[in-house]
Amino acid sequence: MTLDAPQPTMSNAAGVDGRDAASTPWVNVAPLMSTRRRRNVGDAVFRALTTGAAWSLVGVVVAIVAVLAWECAGAMRTFGWSFLTVQKWDPVANEYGALPFIYGTLVSSLLALLQAVPLGIGTALFLSEMAPSWLRAPVAFLVELLAAIPSVVYGLWGIFVLVPWVRGWVTPWLADTLGFLPFFQGPSYGVGMLTASMILAVMIVPYITSVALEVFRTVPVAQREAALALGATRWEMIRMAVLPYGRVGVVGAIMLGLGRALGETMAVTMVIGNRPEISASFFAPASTMASVIANEFSEAASDLYVQVLVEIGLVLLVVTMLVNILARLLVWRVGDAAAGH
Amino acid sequence: MPNKLEVASLRAWFGTTQALHDIDLVLPERAVTAIIGPSGCGKSTFIRCLNRMHETVPGTRVEGRVLLDGQNIYASGVDPVQVRAKVGMVFQRPNPFPTMSIFDNVAAGLRLNGVRPSRDDLAHIVEQSLRQAALWEEVKNGLHASGVSISGGQQQRLCIARTLAVAPEVILMDEPCSALDPIATTKIEALIHELREKYTIVIVTHSMQQAARVSDYTAFLYLGRLIEFGETKKLFTTPERKETEDYITGRFG
Amino acid sequence: MTLRTRRHVDRLFTLLGVVCTIALLVPLALIFGYLVARGVTALNFEFFTQLPKPVGEVGGGMANAIVGSAILVALACVIGLPIGILTGVYLAERGRTAAGSTVRFCADVLNGVPSIVIGIFAYTLVVLPMRGFSAYAGGIALGVIMLPVVARTTEEMIRLVPTSLREASLALGVPTWRTTISVVLRTARGGILTGIMLSIARVAGETAPLIFTAFGNQYWHGGLRGPISSLPVQIYTYAISPFDDWHRQAWGRRARADDADRGHQPVGPTPHARPARG
Repeated sequence: MTLDAPQPTMSNAAGVDGRDAASTPWVNVAPLMSTRRRRNVGDAVFRALTTGAAWSLVGVVVAIVAVLAWECAGAMRTFGWSFLTVQKWDPVANEYGALPFIYGTLVSSLLALLQAVPLGIGTALFLSEMAPSWLRAPVAFLVELLAAIPSVVYGLWGIFVLVPWVRGWVTPWLADTLGFLPFFQGPSYGVGMLTASMILAVMIVPYITSVALEVFRTVPVAQREAALALGATRWEMIRMAVLPYGRVGVVGAIMLGLGRALGETMAVTMVIGNRPEISASFFAPASTMASVIANEFSEAASDLYVQVLVEIGLVLLVVTMLVNILARLLVWRVGDAAAGH
Repeated sequence: MPNKLEVASLRAWFGTTQALHDIDLVLPERAVTAIIGPSGCGKSTFIRCLNRMHETVPGTRVEGRVLLDGQNIYASGVDPVQVRAKVGMVFQRPNPFPTMSIFDNVAAGLRLNGVRPSRDDLAHIVEQSLRQAALWEEVKNGLHASGVSISGGQQQRLCIARTLAVAPEVILMDEPCSALDPIATTKIEALIHELREKYTIVIVTHSMQQAARVSDYTAFLYLGRLIEFGETKKLFTTPERKETEDYITGRFG
Repeated sequence: MTLRTRRHVDRLFTLLGVVCTIALLVPLALIFGYLVARGVTALNFEFFTQLPKPVGEVGGGMANAIVGSAILVALACVIGLPIGILTGVYLAERGRTAAGSTVRFCADVLNGVPSIVIGIFAYTLVVLPMRGFSAYAGGIALGVIMLPVVARTTEEMIRLVPTSLREASLALGVPTWRTTISVVLRTARGGILTGIMLSIARVAGETAPLIFTAFGNQYWHGGLRGPISSLPVQIYTYAISPFDDWHRQAWGRRARADDADRGHQPVGPTPHARPARG
């Protein structure tokens, strides 16, 4: 329906723009506005487009799981659950067991967390609670920069700098001081579980730091002031107000870091040594789920070989999805709690 | 009546904005002093200077002297942590620690200050603090419930109990009733009335009625300056300054 | 515990905070330092214009990898940007519904899927039916990686646009879709662009999903249906090779890729690292 626009008086039209009314023809806007009737069509189309895009994203996630599961169905039927518990990996003899890779992924990620968590939380606390304000933004920026370096570059640096350094300094020192533990015995080639975990730690620490920093920033000022007004020192204030309040979110931050570490491929592949065996020593070469796929996928000769690698990919996908989902739920909970205050 | 706190040429800044200009004020012991004034006049900044909380906000600065029992709390070598244990503070919005129980909230300050009483003593201190804060009867059967599971008014009294537990000499209250309903407000005011027997209390309020109800002395701040200070009764009936009269009669701005 | 001891504890932990921060920044300094030291010697005019030479011959460049990376990123954008931005609009407008939560959840899950798994996905979906490695397969893999980053940044940037602005437009009788495009997206343009740059920087450095989709190529590519070279894959191939000259070139490549990244880094957490607020 078109509304009848009231005719403006001449004095009005002249008054608005200050020009001579006679030289400015009055334009009837109402008919032009009738194009508004088409808006329902436009809205419907736009709505369909955004909805379609959104659900195609959901579709991609479902498709990834489905495609991987479909692709490795043959291997699943052949090996069943024992695939996850068998240690032997000999593609030439068609013997496939995923245990060395599952072990390698879990152990390298956990070792990385051991190094990255204290560093990340410590840095986040420093940046949110201790650092003078002029220092906060630049350091936070540098930490972000660390997250932007492509993983293949970490790998490159790992091969040429970290590996010789680990071989020459770190492993001899660890063998001297902690050599009574089975983890720090045996020959060191530089490449191996320990080096991979160190590279991983450097790679995930920016994620842990920035999420933890966000979490600490959601701690209300009122909470900090309550502690300070009771006569708490800064550290006591952190322990009393900041850490308990941010506990759940920090666990979420660690889980996000773990998710990254589990799926990280290139840097690990370049420094872990790629030996499909389980060894007690962290000095020994190992292999992860992601690294075995990166190494062997394009060389896999038989159908079964490819299927087995896809199945390892599926296991990796399921594990990282679970860790990430858990992490998201935890971080969301903090966000909701902060919003409620 | 002896003086508990003496403020001398106190100036405070947020960045480059000066919030307080040369405040001189003497606060008597065991009495309630109300700080009134329009929004943004520096009331909160003023009392946050009395326990060195102002400086916890980045970019702030304080000059001048605040003498607590004759000792300047801004003198070099004075630890703000120690000052805050002696000069407690209750904030605008109740802020109990959400991860702690009611009991632990009250005990928090003691544990911080390294007091390690026996189990019985601790329970006793917690009970007496809660009683002093007129909260004991309402929470005695649920001491291990979360500090945020109770109503807003109860939370504020819990915060008062938490402050009382560390046996402060001065209690600062920054608009303690502004987030509360009238009934809870009445309870807090009654509480302030009782606490004055033992403590020196400074309360910031935006309500002149509240100042008249609870305080012995009143200070009127305007644009970061102390305009007038005197006995509450006198200040509200026969103010000396024109600005004060305008403010209390509502002819302001 | 006396106040003195408590003060010492406080100082100790402050010191620990400083130590953590420094320990975290040291690798960054080392990587940049080493990169500049080793990479600059490999950078010259040839590097940008020449094809790789066989081992043994001195010189050669990596022009094909630069072009290849650009093509792959462009393909990724064709797939990732429209879907990502539209999804972001959907999330901002209807994110509070159950459907919106589901989509957001999937975006976060997709963001956490290891890139090598996305490589397998693209391999199965594109390489197998096309019977060969191709630029398309690599572009699709990168596009899927881009999707959730673009969607989530777009959503967050749109949420920053004040409701009043939106309402002002709607009150003029402007249809919702036009309001979204000309008012909301326009206002959020800067932030969305930053997010896009960030996602490009991320996929430009991806290696894992390319090694069995785009594969790599020592020569100029022969069309999008064939294998194509890219910077990260070239770095990888060279780095794990035993040849010195190739090692030096790998470093040179890094110095360049890094210049491209640095411009896109905004201050503050990256969108994929930001905790979501429901």
